[in-house]
Amino acid sequence: MTDPKHNKGVASLSGVEVDYARGRALGPVDLMLASGEIVALVGPSGCGKSTALRLLAGLEAPTRGTVTRAAGKGETSVVFQSPTLAPWLSARDNVALPLELADIAKTEALAAADQALRKVGLGQALAARPAQLSGGMAMRASLARALVTRPRLLLLDEPFAALDEITRRALADDVLALAAELSPAVVFVTHNVEEAVYMAQRVVVMTPGPGHIAGEIVIDGPLVRPPGFRATEAFRASAEAVSTLLARATEAAA
Amino acid sequence: MKRFLAPLILVAVLLGGWEIACRALAVPPYLLPAPSAIGAAFAESWPLLLSSAWATLSTALIALVIASLVACALALAVSLSSLLEDAVRPIAVTLQVTPLVAIAPLVTIWAGIEHPGRAVTGLAAVVAFFPIFSGALTGLKAVDPDLSRLFDLYGATPLQRLIRLRLPSAVPALLEGHKVAAGLAVIGAVVAEFVAGSGGAQGLAWRILEAYNRLQTAKVFAALVALAILGVGLNAAMELLERRLLNTWRGR
Repeated sequence: MTDPKHNKGVASLSGVEVDYARGRALGPVDLMLASGEIVALVGPSGCGKSTALRLLAGLEAPTRGTVTRAAGKGETSVVFQSPTLAPWLSARDNVALPLELADIAKTEALAAADQALRKVGLGQALAARPAQLSGGMAMRASLARALVTRPRLLLLDEPFAALDEITRRALADDVLALAAELSPAVVFVTHNVEEAVYMAQRVVVMTPGPGHIAGEIVIDGPLVRPPGFRATEAFRASAEAVSTLLARATEAAA
Repeated sequence: MKRFLAPLILVAVLLGGWEIACRALAVPPYLLPAPSAIGAAFAESWPLLLSSAWATLSTALIALVIASLVACALALAVSLSSLLEDAVRPIAVTLQVTPLVAIAPLVTIWAGIEHPGRAVTGLAAVVAFFPIFSGALTGLKAVDPDLSRLFDLYGATPLQRLIRLRLPSAVPALLEGHKVAAGLAVIGAVVAEFVAGSGGAQGLAWRILEAYNRLQTAKVFAALVALAILGVGLNAAMELLERRLLNTWRGR
Protein backbone atom coordinates (compact mmCIF):
# COMPACT_ATOMS: atom_id res chain seq x y z
CA MET A 1 0.00 0.00 0.00
CA THR A 2 2.98 2.32 0.50
CA ASP A 3 4.23 3.51 -2.84
CA PRO A 4 8.06 3.31 -2.81
CA LYS A 5 8.21 6.18 -5.30
CA HIS A 6 7.28 8.79 -2.72
CA ASN A 7 8.28 7.09 0.47
CA LYS A 8 10.08 10.20 1.60
CA GLY A 9 6.91 11.91 2.70
CA VAL A 10 4.12 13.83 1.13
CA ALA A 11 4.37 16.98 3.21
CA SER A 12 6.07 18.25 6.31
CA LEU A 13 6.19 21.17 8.68
CA SER A 14 9.58 21.91 10.26
CA GLY A 15 10.07 24.58 12.88
CA VAL A 16 6.93 26.26 11.64
CA GLU A 17 5.56 29.28 13.48
CA VAL A 18 2.57 31.44 12.62
CA ASP A 19 2.05 34.91 14.10
CA TYR A 20 -1.23 36.77 13.81
CA ALA A 21 -1.84 40.39 14.76
CA ARG A 22 -2.92 39.30 18.24
CA GLY A 23 0.24 37.25 18.82
CA ARG A 24 1.73 33.82 18.26
CA ALA A 25 -0.93 31.40 17.01
CA LEU A 26 1.14 28.34 16.28
CA GLY A 27 4.51 26.90 16.87
CA PRO A 28 7.11 25.90 16.71
CA VAL A 29 5.66 22.74 15.17
CA ASP A 30 7.31 19.81 13.43
CA LEU A 31 5.17 17.29 11.61
CA MET A 32 6.07 14.79 8.92
CA LEU A 33 3.53 12.98 6.77
CA ALA A 34 4.43 9.70 5.12
CA SER A 35 2.65 8.72 1.96
CA GLY A 36 -0.58 6.87 2.57
CA GLU A 37 -0.72 7.36 6.33
CA ILE A 38 -3.73 8.69 8.20
CA VAL A 39 -3.01 11.26 10.87
CA ALA A 40 -5.52 12.91 13.19
CA LEU A 41 -4.92 16.29 14.79
CA VAL A 42 -6.88 16.58 18.03
CA GLY A 43 -7.07 19.38 20.52
CA PRO A 44 -9.29 22.07 21.98
CA SER A 45 -10.24 25.11 19.91
CA GLY A 46 -7.41 27.59 19.54
CA CYS A 47 -4.72 24.91 19.49
CA GLY A 48 -3.81 25.75 15.90
CA LYS A 49 -4.94 22.49 14.33
CA SER A 50 -6.87 24.20 11.56
CA THR A 51 -3.94 26.57 10.98
CA ALA A 52 -1.63 23.56 10.65
CA LEU A 53 -4.03 22.12 8.09
CA ARG A 54 -4.10 25.33 6.04
CA LEU A 55 -0.28 25.40 6.10
CA LEU A 56 -0.17 21.85 4.74
CA ALA A 57 -2.68 22.84 2.06
CA GLY A 58 -0.58 25.83 1.05
CA LEU A 59 -3.54 28.13 1.73
CA GLU A 60 -1.49 30.01 4.31
CA ALA A 61 2.22 30.77 4.62
CA PRO A 62 4.19 30.34 7.87
CA THR A 63 5.76 33.37 9.55
CA ARG A 64 8.90 31.29 10.22
CA GLY A 65 10.00 27.76 9.40
CA THR A 66 9.53 25.64 6.31
CA VAL A 67 6.60 23.82 4.80
CA THR A 68 7.53 21.22 2.22
CA ARG A 69 4.96 19.70 -0.04
CA ALA A 70 5.83 16.91 -2.43
CA ALA A 71 2.20 16.92 -3.48
CA GLY A 72 1.90 19.74 -6.00
CA LYS A 73 -1.03 21.86 -6.97
CA GLY A 74 -3.89 19.64 -7.98
CA GLU A 75 -2.55 16.80 -5.83
CA THR A 76 -3.85 18.29 -2.59
CA SER A 77 -7.53 18.28 -1.64
CA VAL A 78 -9.32 19.89 1.27
CA VAL A 79 -12.71 19.08 2.79
CA PHE A 80 -14.08 21.79 5.05
CA GLN A 81 -16.45 21.58 8.00
CA SER A 82 -19.34 22.62 5.75
CA PRO A 83 -19.77 20.87 2.39
CA THR A 84 -18.87 24.12 0.53
CA LEU A 85 -20.66 23.13 -2.66
CA ALA A 86 -21.61 25.75 -5.23
CA PRO A 87 -25.43 26.00 -4.89
CA TRP A 88 -25.89 26.82 -8.58
CA LEU A 89 -24.20 23.62 -9.76
CA SER A 90 -25.50 20.04 -9.71
CA ALA A 91 -23.63 17.46 -7.64
CA ARG A 92 -21.79 16.16 -10.72
CA ASP A 93 -20.85 19.68 -11.89
CA ASN A 94 -19.58 20.46 -8.41
CA VAL A 95 -17.44 17.34 -8.36
CA ALA A 96 -16.22 17.94 -11.92
CA LEU A 97 -15.18 21.51 -11.06
CA PRO A 98 -11.59 20.83 -9.91
CA LEU A 99 -10.91 18.89 -13.10
CA GLU A 100 -12.48 21.56 -15.29
CA LEU A 101 -10.42 24.25 -13.59
CA ALA A 102 -7.37 22.17 -14.55
CA ASP A 103 -8.55 22.39 -18.18
CA ILE A 104 -9.58 18.75 -18.45
CA ALA A 105 -12.21 18.21 -21.15
CA LYS A 106 -15.79 18.56 -19.93
CA THR A 107 -16.95 15.06 -20.92
CA GLU A 108 -13.94 13.47 -19.28
CA ALA A 109 -14.40 15.56 -16.13
CA LEU A 110 -18.08 14.65 -15.90
CA ALA A 111 -17.36 10.96 -16.37
CA ALA A 112 -14.81 11.09 -13.55
CA ALA A 113 -17.27 13.05 -11.39
CA ASP A 114 -20.01 10.46 -11.92
CA GLN A 115 -17.60 7.70 -10.97
CA ALA A 116 -16.48 9.54 -7.83
CA LEU A 117 -20.08 10.21 -6.80
CA ARG A 118 -21.01 6.54 -7.29
CA LYS A 119 -18.06 5.61 -5.12
CA VAL A 120 -19.44 7.65 -2.22
CA GLY A 121 -22.93 6.22 -2.74
CA LEU A 122 -24.47 9.18 -4.54
CA GLY A 123 -25.04 7.43 -7.88
CA GLN A 124 -28.74 8.29 -7.61
CA ALA A 125 -28.15 12.00 -6.99
CA LEU A 126 -25.83 13.00 -9.84
CA ALA A 127 -28.12 15.77 -11.09
CA ALA A 128 -29.28 16.93 -7.64
CA ARG A 129 -28.48 20.42 -6.47
CA PRO A 130 -26.84 20.92 -3.04
CA ALA A 131 -30.15 22.31 -1.69
CA GLN A 132 -31.76 18.96 -2.43
CA LEU A 133 -29.13 16.93 -0.59
CA SER A 134 -29.18 16.08 3.12
CA GLY A 135 -26.25 17.19 5.27
CA GLY A 136 -24.62 13.76 5.05
CA MET A 137 -25.15 13.51 1.29
CA ALA A 138 -23.71 16.99 0.73
CA MET A 139 -20.66 15.99 2.78
CA ARG A 140 -20.28 12.87 0.63
CA ALA A 141 -20.42 15.01 -2.50
CA SER A 142 -17.76 17.23 -0.97
CA LEU A 143 -15.65 14.13 -0.32
CA ALA A 144 -16.17 12.97 -3.91
CA ARG A 145 -14.97 16.37 -5.14
CA ALA A 146 -11.85 16.02 -2.97
CA LEU A 147 -11.12 12.56 -4.33
CA VAL A 148 -11.89 13.13 -8.00
CA THR A 149 -8.43 14.61 -8.56
CA ARG A 150 -6.82 11.47 -7.03
CA PRO A 151 -4.92 13.57 -4.48
CA ARG A 152 -1.74 12.45 -2.75
CA LEU A 153 -2.66 14.59 0.22
CA LEU A 154 -6.21 14.75 1.58
CA LEU A 155 -6.89 17.31 4.29
CA LEU A 156 -10.13 17.18 6.27
CA ASP A 157 -11.00 20.09 8.57
CA GLU A 158 -13.56 18.78 11.10
CA PRO A 159 -15.48 17.27 8.19
CA PHE A 160 -18.20 15.55 10.22
CA ALA A 161 -18.69 18.14 12.98
CA ALA A 162 -22.12 19.20 11.73
CA LEU A 163 -23.49 15.69 11.25
CA ASP A 164 -25.41 13.33 13.52
CA GLU A 165 -23.63 10.38 15.17
CA ILE A 166 -24.91 7.67 12.80
CA THR A 167 -24.02 9.65 9.68
CA ARG A 168 -20.58 10.54 10.98
CA ARG A 169 -19.77 6.92 11.77
CA ALA A 170 -20.89 5.82 8.30
CA LEU A 171 -18.84 8.58 6.71
CA ALA A 172 -15.78 7.68 8.80
CA ASP A 173 -15.93 4.14 7.40
CA ASP A 174 -16.37 5.51 3.88
CA VAL A 175 -13.32 7.72 4.23
CA LEU A 176 -11.26 4.78 5.49
CA ALA A 177 -12.40 2.56 2.61
CA LEU A 178 -11.65 5.25 0.04
CA ALA A 179 -8.29 6.00 1.64
CA ALA A 180 -7.39 2.31 1.44
CA GLU A 181 -8.29 2.32 -2.25
CA LEU A 182 -6.61 5.55 -3.35
CA SER A 183 -3.96 5.69 -0.59
CA PRO A 184 -3.47 9.41 -0.19
CA ALA A 185 -1.90 10.70 2.99
CA VAL A 186 -4.83 11.87 5.10
CA VAL A 187 -4.72 14.54 7.78
CA PHE A 188 -7.92 15.27 9.57
CA VAL A 189 -8.70 17.74 12.27
CA THR A 190 -11.23 16.86 14.95
CA HIS A 191 -11.98 17.54 18.58
CA ASN A 192 -13.56 14.13 18.98
CA VAL A 193 -11.07 11.70 20.58
CA GLU A 194 -12.98 8.54 19.65
CA GLU A 195 -13.24 9.63 16.03
CA ALA A 196 -9.52 10.36 15.94
CA VAL A 197 -8.62 6.96 17.39
CA TYR A 198 -11.05 5.17 15.09
CA MET A 199 -9.77 6.75 11.90
CA ALA A 200 -6.11 7.47 12.38
CA GLN A 201 -2.94 5.42 12.48
CA ARG A 202 -1.35 8.25 14.40
CA VAL A 203 -3.11 10.72 16.69
CA VAL A 204 -1.27 14.01 17.19
CA VAL A 205 -2.42 15.87 20.28
CA MET A 206 -2.20 19.66 20.12
CA THR A 207 -2.69 22.28 22.83
CA PRO A 208 -3.20 26.03 22.71
CA GLY A 209 -1.26 29.00 24.02
CA PRO A 210 0.41 29.14 21.43
CA GLY A 211 -0.60 26.03 19.49
CA HIS A 212 1.94 23.25 19.63
CA ILE A 213 2.20 19.47 19.52
CA ALA A 214 1.99 17.95 23.00
CA GLY A 215 2.63 14.41 21.88
CA GLU A 216 1.41 11.67 19.64
CA ILE A 217 -0.02 8.19 20.02
CA VAL A 218 0.24 5.43 17.45
CA ILE A 219 -2.94 3.41 16.95
CA ASP A 220 -2.56 -0.23 15.94
CA GLY A 221 -5.01 -2.15 13.84
CA PRO A 222 -5.96 -2.65 10.20
CA LEU A 223 -6.57 0.46 8.09
CA VAL A 224 -10.16 -0.46 7.34
CA ARG A 225 -11.54 -1.02 10.82
CA PRO A 226 -13.34 -4.33 11.41
CA PRO A 227 -16.90 -4.26 12.78
CA GLY A 228 -16.92 -3.82 16.53
CA PHE A 229 -13.52 -2.16 16.55
CA ARG A 230 -14.84 0.52 18.90
CA ALA A 231 -15.65 -2.17 21.48
CA THR A 232 -12.16 -3.72 21.53
CA GLU A 233 -9.77 -3.37 24.45
CA ALA A 234 -7.10 -1.89 22.15
CA PHE A 235 -9.46 0.86 20.95
CA ARG A 236 -10.50 1.82 24.46
CA ALA A 237 -6.93 1.79 25.73
CA SER A 238 -5.83 4.09 22.87
CA ALA A 239 -8.76 6.47 23.41
CA GLU A 240 -7.90 6.56 27.11
CA ALA A 241 -4.25 7.30 26.34
CA VAL A 242 -5.19 10.17 23.99
CA SER A 243 -7.64 11.61 26.51
CA THR A 244 -5.04 11.47 29.29
CA LEU A 245 -2.40 13.15 27.13
CA LEU A 246 -4.90 15.79 26.06
CA ALA A 247 -5.99 16.50 29.64
CA ARG A 248 -2.43 16.67 30.96
CA ALA A 249 -1.26 18.95 28.13
CA THR A 250 -4.26 21.26 28.48
CA GLU A 251 -3.63 21.52 32.23
CA ALA A 252 0.03 22.31 31.65
CA ALA A 253 -0.88 24.98 29.12
CA ALA A 254 -3.41 26.64 31.44
CA MET B 1 -57.74 32.71 3.23
CA LYS B 2 -57.88 34.90 6.36
CA ARG B 3 -54.79 36.69 5.15
CA PHE B 4 -56.55 37.83 2.00
CA LEU B 5 -59.92 38.43 3.60
CA ALA B 6 -58.74 40.69 6.43
CA PRO B 7 -57.32 43.52 4.28
CA LEU B 8 -60.30 43.31 1.89
CA ILE B 9 -62.72 43.74 4.79
CA LEU B 10 -60.71 46.66 6.16
CA VAL B 11 -60.69 48.39 2.77
CA ALA B 12 -64.45 47.84 2.38
CA VAL B 13 -65.11 49.32 5.85
CA LEU B 14 -62.89 52.35 5.15
CA LEU B 15 -64.50 52.99 1.75
CA GLY B 16 -67.99 52.61 3.27
CA GLY B 17 -67.15 55.07 6.07
CA TRP B 18 -65.68 57.49 3.52
CA GLU B 19 -68.78 57.29 1.32
CA ILE B 20 -71.18 57.80 4.22
CA ALA B 21 -69.14 60.70 5.63
CA CYS B 22 -69.03 62.46 2.25
CA ARG B 23 -72.78 62.20 1.81
CA ALA B 24 -73.73 63.01 5.41
CA LEU B 25 -71.43 66.04 5.66
CA ALA B 26 -72.03 67.16 2.04
CA VAL B 27 -68.27 67.51 1.42
CA PRO B 28 -67.67 69.47 -1.81
CA PRO B 29 -66.48 67.00 -4.50
CA TYR B 30 -63.45 69.15 -5.48
CA LEU B 31 -62.20 68.80 -1.88
CA LEU B 32 -62.86 65.11 -1.35
CA PRO B 33 -64.94 63.13 -3.82
CA ALA B 34 -66.84 60.10 -2.52
CA PRO B 35 -65.56 56.65 -3.54
CA SER B 36 -68.59 56.27 -5.81
CA ALA B 37 -67.58 59.42 -7.69
CA ILE B 38 -64.01 58.17 -7.98
CA GLY B 39 -65.32 54.85 -9.28
CA ALA B 40 -67.42 56.69 -11.85
CA ALA B 41 -64.42 58.78 -12.93
CA PHE B 42 -62.34 55.63 -13.23
CA ALA B 43 -65.02 53.86 -15.29
CA GLU B 44 -65.35 56.89 -17.54
CA SER B 45 -61.65 57.48 -18.24
CA TRP B 46 -60.18 53.98 -17.98
CA PRO B 47 -59.09 53.70 -21.64
CA LEU B 48 -57.05 56.88 -21.20
CA LEU B 49 -55.73 55.73 -17.83
CA LEU B 50 -54.76 52.39 -19.33
CA SER B 51 -52.75 53.99 -22.12
CA SER B 52 -51.15 56.39 -19.60
CA ALA B 53 -50.32 53.51 -17.28
CA TRP B 54 -48.72 51.73 -20.21
CA ALA B 55 -46.69 54.85 -21.00
CA THR B 56 -45.45 55.04 -17.40
CA LEU B 57 -44.76 51.31 -17.26
CA SER B 58 -42.85 51.23 -20.54
CA THR B 59 -40.82 54.26 -19.47
CA ALA B 60 -39.98 52.51 -16.19
CA LEU B 61 -39.06 49.24 -17.93
CA ILE B 62 -36.83 50.93 -20.52
CA ALA B 63 -35.19 52.87 -17.69
CA LEU B 64 -34.72 49.59 -15.81
CA VAL B 65 -32.96 47.97 -18.77
CA ILE B 66 -30.66 50.98 -19.29
CA ALA B 67 -29.90 51.19 -15.57
CA SER B 68 -29.25 47.45 -15.42
CA LEU B 69 -26.76 47.50 -18.30
CA VAL B 70 -24.84 50.50 -16.99
CA ALA B 71 -24.94 49.43 -13.32
CA CYS B 72 -23.84 45.84 -14.01
CA ALA B 73 -21.00 46.92 -16.29
CA LEU B 74 -19.78 49.51 -13.79
CA ALA B 75 -20.11 47.12 -10.83
CA LEU B 76 -18.10 44.51 -12.70
CA ALA B 77 -15.35 47.01 -13.53
CA VAL B 78 -15.29 48.31 -9.97
CA SER B 79 -15.21 44.82 -8.47
CA LEU B 80 -12.11 43.98 -10.49
CA SER B 81 -10.11 46.90 -9.19
CA SER B 82 -10.14 48.12 -5.61
CA LEU B 83 -8.53 51.39 -6.76
CA LEU B 84 -11.47 52.01 -9.10
CA GLU B 85 -13.88 51.14 -6.30
CA ASP B 86 -12.28 53.64 -3.94
CA ALA B 87 -12.50 56.24 -6.68
CA VAL B 88 -16.11 55.56 -7.67
CA ARG B 89 -17.75 54.91 -4.31
CA PRO B 90 -17.85 58.48 -2.93
CA ILE B 91 -19.19 59.78 -6.24
CA ALA B 92 -21.87 57.10 -6.29
CA VAL B 93 -22.91 57.87 -2.72
CA THR B 94 -23.05 61.58 -3.45
CA LEU B 95 -25.24 61.00 -6.47
CA GLN B 96 -27.44 58.63 -4.53
CA VAL B 97 -28.21 61.08 -1.73
CA THR B 98 -28.98 63.91 -4.17
CA PRO B 99 -32.77 64.14 -4.55
CA LEU B 100 -34.06 63.25 -8.01
CA VAL B 101 -36.19 66.40 -8.17
CA ALA B 102 -33.10 68.53 -7.77
CA ILE B 103 -31.33 67.15 -10.83
CA ALA B 104 -34.48 66.86 -12.96
CA PRO B 105 -34.19 70.35 -14.54
CA LEU B 106 -30.62 69.61 -15.63
CA VAL B 107 -31.52 66.29 -17.18
CA THR B 108 -34.46 67.92 -18.93
CA ILE B 109 -32.16 70.56 -20.43
CA TRP B 110 -29.59 67.97 -21.53
CA ALA B 111 -32.21 65.71 -23.07
CA GLY B 112 -33.48 68.64 -25.09
CA ILE B 113 -36.62 70.59 -24.18
CA GLU B 114 -38.37 69.02 -27.18
CA HIS B 115 -37.72 65.47 -25.85
CA PRO B 116 -39.41 65.30 -22.41
CA GLY B 117 -39.81 61.55 -22.85
CA ARG B 118 -36.05 61.07 -22.93
CA ALA B 119 -35.60 63.19 -19.83
CA VAL B 120 -38.21 61.15 -17.97
CA THR B 121 -36.58 57.85 -18.99
CA GLY B 122 -33.17 59.19 -18.04
CA LEU B 123 -34.31 60.28 -14.60
CA ALA B 124 -36.06 56.99 -13.94
CA ALA B 125 -32.85 55.22 -14.97
CA VAL B 126 -30.82 57.30 -12.52
CA VAL B 127 -33.10 56.20 -9.68
CA ALA B 128 -33.04 52.56 -10.78
CA PHE B 129 -29.26 52.58 -11.12
CA PHE B 130 -28.26 52.51 -7.45
CA PRO B 131 -30.01 49.42 -6.12
CA ILE B 132 -28.72 47.43 -9.09
CA PHE B 133 -25.20 48.82 -8.75
CA SER B 134 -24.95 48.14 -5.03
CA GLY B 135 -26.66 44.75 -5.39
CA ALA B 136 -24.25 43.72 -8.13
CA LEU B 137 -21.24 44.96 -6.19
CA THR B 138 -22.33 43.25 -2.98
CA GLY B 139 -23.07 40.07 -4.91
CA LEU B 140 -19.73 40.02 -6.70
CA LYS B 141 -18.00 40.23 -3.32
CA ALA B 142 -20.31 37.83 -1.47
CA VAL B 143 -18.31 34.74 -2.28
CA ASP B 144 -18.23 31.84 0.19
CA PRO B 145 -14.66 32.19 1.60
CA ASP B 146 -14.14 28.41 1.74
CA LEU B 147 -15.26 28.04 -1.87
CA SER B 148 -12.82 30.80 -2.71
CA ARG B 149 -10.04 28.85 -0.92
CA LEU B 150 -10.90 25.81 -3.01
CA PHE B 151 -10.47 27.88 -6.16
CA ASP B 152 -7.03 28.91 -4.81
CA LEU B 153 -6.20 25.29 -4.13
CA TYR B 154 -7.20 24.23 -7.64
CA GLY B 155 -5.10 27.03 -9.11
CA ALA B 156 -7.99 28.81 -10.81
CA THR B 157 -7.07 31.72 -13.11
CA PRO B 158 -8.64 35.14 -12.43
CA LEU B 159 -10.95 34.65 -15.41
CA GLN B 160 -12.09 31.21 -14.20
CA ARG B 161 -12.66 32.69 -10.76
CA LEU B 162 -14.79 35.48 -12.22
CA ILE B 163 -16.91 33.32 -14.52
CA ARG B 164 -17.27 30.20 -12.39
CA LEU B 165 -17.34 31.71 -8.91
CA ARG B 166 -18.01 35.43 -8.62
CA LEU B 167 -20.66 35.92 -11.31
CA PRO B 168 -22.83 32.98 -10.21
CA SER B 169 -22.37 33.95 -6.55
CA ALA B 170 -23.72 37.41 -7.38
CA VAL B 171 -27.05 36.17 -8.75
CA PRO B 172 -29.21 36.40 -5.58
CA ALA B 173 -28.06 39.95 -4.73
CA LEU B 174 -28.46 40.98 -8.39
CA LEU B 175 -32.06 39.73 -8.47
CA GLU B 176 -32.86 41.53 -5.24
CA GLY B 177 -31.33 44.73 -6.66
CA HIS B 178 -33.43 44.50 -9.82
CA LYS B 179 -36.62 43.94 -7.82
CA VAL B 180 -36.03 47.06 -5.74
CA ALA B 181 -34.96 49.00 -8.83
CA ALA B 182 -38.17 48.14 -10.72
CA GLY B 183 -40.30 49.73 -7.99
CA LEU B 184 -38.04 52.77 -7.84
CA ALA B 185 -38.08 53.14 -11.63
CA VAL B 186 -41.88 53.66 -11.54
CA ILE B 187 -41.54 56.22 -8.76
CA GLY B 188 -38.71 57.86 -10.70
CA ALA B 189 -40.78 57.97 -13.88
CA VAL B 190 -43.72 59.60 -12.07
CA VAL B 191 -41.60 62.20 -10.27
CA ALA B 192 -39.74 62.95 -13.49
CA GLU B 193 -43.01 63.46 -15.35
CA PHE B 194 -44.13 65.94 -12.75
CA VAL B 195 -40.93 67.92 -13.20
CA ALA B 196 -40.53 67.54 -16.95
CA GLY B 197 -44.21 68.38 -17.04
CA SER B 198 -46.09 69.44 -20.11
CA GLY B 199 -45.75 68.71 -23.77
CA GLY B 200 -45.00 65.16 -24.75
CA ALA B 201 -45.54 63.56 -21.34
CA GLN B 202 -48.21 60.87 -21.57
CA GLY B 203 -47.83 59.00 -18.29
CA LEU B 204 -50.04 58.74 -15.23
CA ALA B 205 -48.38 61.72 -13.55
CA TRP B 206 -49.51 63.86 -16.43
CA ARG B 207 -53.09 62.59 -15.97
CA ILE B 208 -52.87 63.64 -12.33
CA LEU B 209 -51.53 67.10 -13.20
CA GLU B 210 -54.11 67.59 -15.89
CA ALA B 211 -57.03 66.69 -13.62
CA TYR B 212 -55.55 68.74 -10.79
CA ASN B 213 -55.28 71.84 -13.01
CA ARG B 214 -58.97 71.49 -13.79
CA LEU B 215 -59.84 70.75 -10.17
CA GLN B 216 -61.31 67.38 -11.23
CA THR B 217 -60.36 65.78 -7.93
CA ALA B 218 -62.19 62.51 -8.66
CA LYS B 219 -59.99 62.06 -11.75
CA VAL B 220 -56.89 62.73 -9.65
CA PHE B 221 -57.97 59.88 -7.39
CA ALA B 222 -58.77 57.67 -10.38
CA ALA B 223 -55.23 58.19 -11.74
CA LEU B 224 -53.82 57.49 -8.27
CA VAL B 225 -55.75 54.23 -8.14
CA ALA B 226 -54.33 53.30 -11.54
CA LEU B 227 -50.84 54.16 -10.29
CA ALA B 228 -51.30 52.05 -7.17
CA ILE B 229 -52.52 49.10 -9.25
CA LEU B 230 -49.52 49.51 -11.54
CA GLY B 231 -47.11 49.60 -8.60
CA VAL B 232 -48.60 46.61 -6.82
CA GLY B 233 -48.78 44.64 -10.07
CA LEU B 234 -45.17 45.37 -11.00
CA ASN B 235 -43.98 44.56 -7.50
CA ALA B 236 -45.84 41.23 -7.53
CA ALA B 237 -44.47 40.40 -10.98
CA MET B 238 -40.91 41.18 -9.96
CA GLU B 239 -41.28 39.19 -6.75
CA LEU B 240 -42.53 36.20 -8.72
CA LEU B 241 -39.74 36.55 -11.26
CA GLU B 242 -37.14 36.83 -8.50
CA ARG B 243 -38.43 33.71 -6.76
CA ARG B 244 -38.57 31.75 -10.02
CA LEU B 245 -35.05 32.69 -11.04
CA LEU B 246 -33.70 32.14 -7.54
CA ASN B 247 -35.23 28.67 -7.49
CA THR B 248 -33.65 27.93 -10.87
CA TRP B 249 -30.33 29.16 -9.50
CA ARG B 250 -30.39 26.86 -6.50
CA GLY B 251 -32.36 24.13 -8.22
CA ARG B 252 -35.47 23.73 -6.10
